Amino acid sequence: MLMTQQAILSRQELTDASDALIELSQVTRDFGGLRAVDHVDLTIRRGELRGLIGPNGAGKSTVFKLIMGIHSLTSGKILFNGTDISEMPTWQRARLGIGIKMQIPCVYGELTGYENMRIAAQNYMKNNEIKGEIERIVELIGIEHLLLQEVNNLSHGQQQWLEIAMTLLSNPDLLLLDEPVAGMGPEETAFTAEIIKRLNENGFSIIFIDHDMEFVRQISKKVTVLHQGATFAEGNINEIESNKEVIEIYLGSDSSEGT
Amino acid sequence: MDNLKNFKKIDSEKITMLVLCIVFLLFPLIASAYDVLNMSYFFSMVFLSMSLWLIWGLTGIFSFGQTAFFGVGAYAYAMISMNFNNNTMTIVALVGALVIAWILALLLGYFMFYGGVNDVFVGLITLCVTLVMATFLAQSAGSQWKIGSVLLGGDNGINNIPPLSIEIGSIQFSLVGTYQYYFIILVLIGFYLFLRKMQHGKMGYSFVAIRENRERSQLLGYNISLLQTLSFSFGGVLAAFSGVLYVTWGGYISPSAMGISAAALPVVLVAAAGRNNLSGVMIFTVLYYFLSQKLSVSGSEYALVILGFILIMVILIVPKGIVVTIFNALDRLFSSRRRRDANDTASDTKQAGTY
Repeated sequence: MLMTQQAILSRQELTDASDALIELSQVTRDFGGLRAVDHVDLTIRRGELRGLIGPNGAGKSTVFKLIMGIHSLTSGKILFNGTDISEMPTWQRARLGIGIKMQIPCVYGELTGYENMRIAAQNYMKNNEIKGEIERIVELIGIEHLLLQEVNNLSHGQQQWLEIAMTLLSNPDLLLLDEPVAGMGPEETAFTAEIIKRLNENGFSIIFIDHDMEFVRQISKKVTVLHQGATFAEGNINEIESNKEVIEIYLGSDSSEGT
Repeated sequence: MDNLKNFKKIDSEKITMLVLCIVFLLFPLIASAYDVLNMSYFFSMVFLSMSLWLIWGLTGIFSFGQTAFFGVGAYAYAMISMNFNNNTMTIVALVGALVIAWILALLLGYFMFYGGVNDVFVGLITLCVTLVMATFLAQSAGSQWKIGSVLLGGDNGINNIPPLSIEIGSIQFSLVGTYQYYFIILVLIGFYLFLRKMQHGKMGYSFVAIRENRERSQLLGYNISLLQTLSFSFGGVLAAFSGVLYVTWGGYISPSAMGISAAALPVVLVAAAGRNNLSGVMIFTVLYYFLSQKLSVSGSEYALVILGFILIMVILIVPKGIVVTIFNALDRLFSSRRRRDANDTASDTKQAGTY
């Protein structure tokens, strides 16, 4: 197992780290006695589209929360655009240009879609630009019909869309998508994959978490596998998929997870 | 363009407020001096409810501390104005009282919100601060308790506090009677318009974002602690202003204005009226004080009993608040068009489902 892990990791070292957008080095987080994230190194280059996969409880969402500062680091360091953000409060990281779509839709349920987007937008632009920018994003994703409704009345999938749109409004350098297609049907999933690819082509650097390997294959060339809080493997999607140990931890432990 | 659409959209709330505004601006012409005096008192107390609307209704900070700042404003004004003992210095006393209250609210807010205190614990801390202050002032009866030459007076409080005076050139007049009435109502209208504008602007939406979901708002770049402290401190200033108006109206303040029933009253008023809606909160506050004065003629505290009953009914039947529900019902009654209108644009016109 170690051999494979090293072989795959060494390939990563060949890539040029000078245009790194975000660098996690030896990032660790303990919850009580439990080590949720264990010395994870992760470097995302500018313009990269990276999948983060692994079985349940592998620490994927926790890594996102550490990047956003929702949880503090037990040890390690996070560099974003060359700045050390390890100790920065969440709101400052958001202002620096990291946007996140959480696993469970996290929107303002009592407000309308438009108000949600307004709140998402107003920290990042002048007042007179808000309306135009919202219209642009809404058109891009195709959710015009959600703007006037109270968000509590929207379906789970629609709330996901809204949240992605809200995240985009801040025009983030780095976009963190935690299970962007959870609860979506096949057509919606394909559409989401298309959107994510298009966003990446437009210059957004994206890390996303997903269980659905089919979806991961559709959009990402490169993936990182987490297992028990540590980086287990990293590399090209085809290599990862044919890696027996990955298949074993990923499918073997709980085969319902992989489909 | 949003603003234009907003302006065109007439609803029962706007009509009601416009009518009330005109009626009360003309009120001294048609009413007796006694009624005008009473209205001044009711309107003074509206600022206290307004302050709670700002921090609780809009920002979601539940506070029992508004009467503490009411008391700070009242006592500070009394101290400064009576120490100077000079009518022209009452404006200085007003400003001084507001600044003192603002600094205290800023400090308390800073320690709470930067210390990560939230929700029910803010309610507890502010209640404790209020009660400590009331208890301290109640035991300050001895002659050793004085600031400058003015005794704190313990349970008896302070008497003969001078009204506000304004000096323009050589003309000097005290804000009493009708003058005081117009001063209060003009400031009230000013604050009402300012707060409504703020509510639908960037600041208002930032506060609403915090009320609705703090974690989400952080992820969208909102500095929660700073915004909460700002809202709380501005609420403190409004409450202190209410306190200053109260003492300039009655010339009297005592610690009972901060006691536990006084501290609970604004919370109950705002909750029963509909805490998200500023107009509703203002109307209901005036109604309550009006009613409580009418009932006080027959002795005992019937108004509080009735208010308690109303609150229970509100929680059971119309959780959005009594005045808000009436507004909504009127809107449905008088314009079937309105629903379609609300679909023209959801922009800024429908905040937090209040109207």
